[in-house]
Parts: sequence; structure tokens; C-alpha cells
Amino acid sequence: MIDKAGIPVAHIATIIPISKTVGANRIIPAIAIPHPLGNPKGTAEEDRAARKKLLVKALKALQTPIEEQTIFDK
Amino acid sequence: MGKLRVVHYINQFFGQIGGEDKADIPPMMKEGPAGPGVPLQNALAGEIEIVNTIICGDTYFGENIAAASAQLKTFLQEANPDLLIAGPAFNAGRYGVACGEAAGVAFELGIPTISGMYPENPGYEMYRKYAYMIETTHSAAGMKKAIPSLVKLIKTFIAKNGELGSPAEEGYMPRGIRYNVWMEKRASQRAVDMLIKKVNGEAFETECPMPVFDRVTPSAAVADMTKAKVALVTSGGIIPIGNPDHIESSSASKFGKYDISDVDDLTSDKYYTTHGGYDPVYANADPDCVLPVDMMRELEKEGVIGKLHDYFYATVGTGTSVGNSEKFGKAIAEELLADGVQAVILTST
Repeated sequence: MIDKAGIPVAHIATIIPISKTVGANRIIPAIAIPHPLGNPKGTAEEDRAARKKLLVKALKALQTPIEEQTIFDK
Repeated sequence: MGKLRVVHYINQFFGQIGGEDKADIPPMMKEGPAGPGVPLQNALAGEIEIVNTIICGDTYFGENIAAASAQLKTFLQEANPDLLIAGPAFNAGRYGVACGEAAGVAFELGIPTISGMYPENPGYEMYRKYAYMIETTHSAAGMKKAIPSLVKLIKTFIAKNGELGSPAEEGYMPRGIRYNVWMEKRASQRAVDMLIKKVNGEAFETECPMPVFDRVTPSAAVADMTKAKVALVTSGGIIPIGNPDHIESSSASKFGKYDISDVDDLTSDKYYTTHGGYDPVYANADPDCVLPVDMMRELEKEGVIGKLHDYFYATVGTGTSVGNSEKFGKAIAEELLADGVQAVILTST
């Protein structure tokens, strides 16, 4: 709905088929369902780094022109 | 069989009491038909008798669901009909919910309900298992079409002694109810038959239709992220401790909007998750792992993004209807547009 209103959305989610089914266009695969943007098994630094890396990926997706649903997994 | 004893539920508008100014009237029961009940009874003369009409204001019902339903129960027990007709409610949300609640009360009393509404009326999704609902148009201008559809379904209901067939067969909207039925062929054979038809490009009818989801044309990319205002939105239920907006832990009926203009890091003493559909241990220990405020602040300081929006939005995704989710999305989008937000990061668990 937000995307439909004209604001690009980066969807960070773990279950990609659901993300696709609900119509997200810029999809960024997350780390895990209960901690999509965290690495609680790593050190605090690793946890923060993992989170930042995903956000940078999401921001890149938001700056990428797309025509259809796209998974940004690189 | 004599005439079917029917009670008809309608709102203050169709009950010809008044418009929004009378929407706060509590339920009342009158004798005989009123409003759309008159043409219904005329079309079914000899088959039904609308013994009573219950009229209630839509706002009263919406704001006092428990009290209104209790009153309806008393009225229905008093009138003891063979059938309740509710509405039709078209796409009037409060009216649809009231018709659905009425159907739920009747269901408890063992009284079947026939109603009608627009498929997107929340009352349909919420209460469809309690009533046979015909599909109507969006607005009451469709009454002329709705009456014959209702009449047809009621006639079939009487002819089949209340044992209606499938939605496709009888022309009511699916109720989401599965019945055990005996089939000539077992499931594996039916599935293979369908698969062969599919492979051959022939038409086939699925036994398990999937819900229809929207596809959205992607919005244009952000040209200059270093100047963009970016907002965080989550379906992972991250909220301030105490759950000030009482967001449900599943099947959410609302979303929350929280000020983070002075927040650099979501800490476990101030935020947690109310989401009931995933293990909350990690999110409660560090809410940033679901709603990454700490790193967004860092990216803001580094100039990677222009600004992190002063508010984040949160709801709970588990069990939440497509209808509700769309409603939340629309409302959030309107606010974000008004606040000049240019990009959104949506996180889901």
C-alpha cells in the first residue's frame, strides 16, 4: 500500500515466498525470523555489522529502478 | 410447511429513522417489515412472514458491540424466528459488522442468517461463517439488484429445507467452511486429473482456491539517498513497553506510531515486541534486531541517508487479515506522504 502510494519500500523479510505473495517489490532476504536484522550468536560488533550490511543493501535497493518484484540478495 | 417466520435486521437509515444524526440509537424491535423488508416480503409473499424488524444505529452498534449483541439476543429469543435476514449492508463498514454480529448471535441460538454485502466489507471477512451472504454492489444504489438475489437465495433455502449447497451452486459468497463429502474418486486421482489438465492447458477447477493478492507497480527509485527522509515500518510488533495502543499479539486490528526523534538505540528497558507469532527472546533482548534504529542513526550520521523519520510505525503481522493490513498500509502511506518521507524500510519477522 505504501509502495502503491508512490513511496518505494524495501522489504527486509526472511520468508521470501510470503514477501513475494503479498506483493513486495524490493525484497531483501533477512537473517532469521525472530531476528531479521541481527546476529545474536555473534559478538555485539558482528551483530551491528550484520544489521548495517542489510540496511545498506536495502538502501541500495531503494535507489535501484525496477520494473517487477526483485530480490536483492547480493 | 407454513410461512417461514423471519426477523429482519437493518440500521437506522434503512429503518427510516434517520441518517448519521440518528446513528447512535440503541436497538429496537418493531412488528412487521420495514425498509427493504417490504419488497422482500412482497416478493416472497406466501413463503415468508417478516414478523419483526430490529433496527439499530450503526454507531451505537460499533461502539457498544457487546451491549447491542446482548439486546439482539433477547429480541431474537423473544421473536424466535426460523430465519434472520440482515441488511443488505453494501460496503458500509459499521453496518456490515452489525449485520455480521447479528448473524453471530443468531448462529449461537441455532437460527440461520441470510445477508448481503460488498465482498470488501470487513463484515464479510469477519462474520462470513455465520451467514449466507449474497454479493452486493458497493453502494445502496444496488438495492434493486440485491433484492432479487436475496429472494432467489431465500427461495432455495426454503425449497431445500435450509440445506443449501455450495457457494458456487447457490450464488452466495464463500464462507470459508470445509465439509467432509464423499467423492467418487479419491484425492490423489483428482489431483492427478487436475495436473494433467493443467499440463495440457485445459480448464480445471481447484478444490483449494488461494486468496487473491495484489500486485503493485514498483515506485520510482530514490534519486539521492543522502538527501532522503527514510522511515522504518515493521510488522514485527516492536512497540514501547506497556503497549500503549493495545496492539493485539495476533490478528491485529490497529497499528502504532511512535516518536523516536530523541532515540538513537532501541533498548530492552523501553521497547519490546508484542508479536505472538515468533520467539520474542531476541527482539526483547535487543529490539534493534527487528527495528534497526541504532544502525539507521549511524547511517544518518555518516550521511548515507538524509534523515531518519521522527516516527516509526508498527503492527503485528501474524493472523492479521489482508483487509486490515491494506487499511493500515493506506493510513500509514497517507501520513508518510504528508510528512515528506521518500523511502521506507519495512521489516517483517
